[in-house]
Amino acid sequence: MEKHITAPMTKETAVTLSAGDYVYISGTIYTARDAAHKRMFETLKEGEQLPIDLENNIIYYLGPTPAREGKVIGSAGPTTSSRMDKYAPTLLDMGQAGMIGKGKRSEEVIKSMVKNQAVYFAAVGGAGALLSKCIKKAEVIAYEDLGTEAIRKLEVENLPVIVVIDSKGQNLYETAIDEYLKTL
Amino acid sequence: MRTIHTDEIVKNIKEMCIQANYYLSPDMESAIKSAKEQENSALGKQILGQLCENMNIAKEDQIPICQDTGMAIVFLKVGQDVHFEGQNITDAINEGVRQGYQEGYLRKSVVNDPLLRVNTKDNTPAIIHYEIIPGENVEITVAPKGFGSENMSRVFMLKPADGAEGVKKSVIQAVKDAGPNACPPMVVGVGIGGDFEKSAIMAKTALTRDVDKESPLPHIAQMEKELLSELNQLGIGPAGLGGKTTVLKVNIETFATHIAGLPMAVNICCHVNRHVKRTL
Ligand code: SF4
Repeated sequence: MEKHITAPMTKETAVTLSAGDYVYISGTIYTARDAAHKRMFETLKEGEQLPIDLENNIIYYLGPTPAREGKVIGSAGPTTSSRMDKYAPTLLDMGQAGMIGKGKRSEEVIKSMVKNQAVYFAAVGGAGALLSKCIKKAEVIAYEDLGTEAIRKLEVENLPVIVVIDSKGQNLYETAIDEYLKTL
Repeated sequence: MRTIHTDEIVKNIKEMCIQANYYLSPDMESAIKSAKEQENSALGKQILGQLCENMNIAKEDQIPICQDTGMAIVFLKVGQDVHFEGQNITDAINEGVRQGYQEGYLRKSVVNDPLLRVNTKDNTPAIIHYEIIPGENVEITVAPKGFGSENMSRVFMLKPADGAEGVKKSVIQAVKDAGPNACPPMVVGVGIGGDFEKSAIMAKTALTRDVDKESPLPHIAQMEKELLSELNQLGIGPAGLGGKTTVLKVNIETFATHIAGLPMAVNICCHVNRHVKRTL
């Protein structure tokens, strides 16, 4: 089903999304990938405050290419999510509502998603030029020294994503292939 | 004897890094377009449509096709009658990469040490494979490689008794395991024979062969075709969300090997399979 949602995303919205839904996201989201996740994780371990409030927020696993002069951002597609699996449950427990990436997730992440009613979206990998068109504003707000891996605040308009794992733990990567093979 | 100034190398490597990241080669572009026509899953077709649109935007806006502009893999075949003038050839290649990634607004994705992990901020060093060939030309291939797919690559040390069936089973396993992580549709590079590292380098070289060309060896060309058809029955599909288009092409390279072994490697690449070639 095609749906439009706004970000940040409340739990009430999250639970209405099902694996297989084609969703357009508008609003504010944040980027973070490997190095930013590692640093956030260490910050929490030391009992300190994170640079962003995770409550109801969606994190896009993205490290963009540099923007040309006058442009908002460069190419901006998803990176492989499984590298964030080690850190995701902790962040979900803190209220993070959604993740955008590509590829499979671990059992622990899926369990934590069900517990926290969170959603995992996939953006199409390798479509970074196309996806960059949906990003209207981008600003580095933390960990600037990490370059492409810094945390960015993005304003997005109709960012096209697909719900791969929903808040009930239904997983499109597991069902889609069988469904397809049945149609043959 | 022919003298080539290393400034020529710097300039060409720079241009090739940018070209590879903005424009897919014609063979890749037409493979993706024809896959879109043939895909019979509605979502799969839509995703392949997005990939076609993405290629057009990249060209028009001069922006990388994918944000992972890769680690720069450079194959340099140097004619044995060539003399380089200027700087050290390895430094020249790295200077070309540095300039290309800077001037082309490409992502700097290289860390200095695999464990300390500090970004080098200019995407160097490149991974360079040198080869000496007859003549007085220099053949350059630049193949920026993304790591979503690189991470799903494998080396298998098979036994001679495993034979062609064992090779095919291993390729299918690697593609199944890669699934959605490697941004399907994929291109699969396979190296069979040689030794441990030779098989891996052949698998990478295989990815730089145009996808509309088959192996010149009849039994290998046959295996490429069989594997392609078997892999496309797995149903993984575009983005791993179901469909006919899991793999665009299987390219296999082979080499002599030891009586006791059957080494092989599978280098998985995504649909952003970049390779630019020039001869100086
Ligand atoms: S695997 Fe390929 S298409 Fe996917 S993000 Fe990496 S470079 Fe881009």
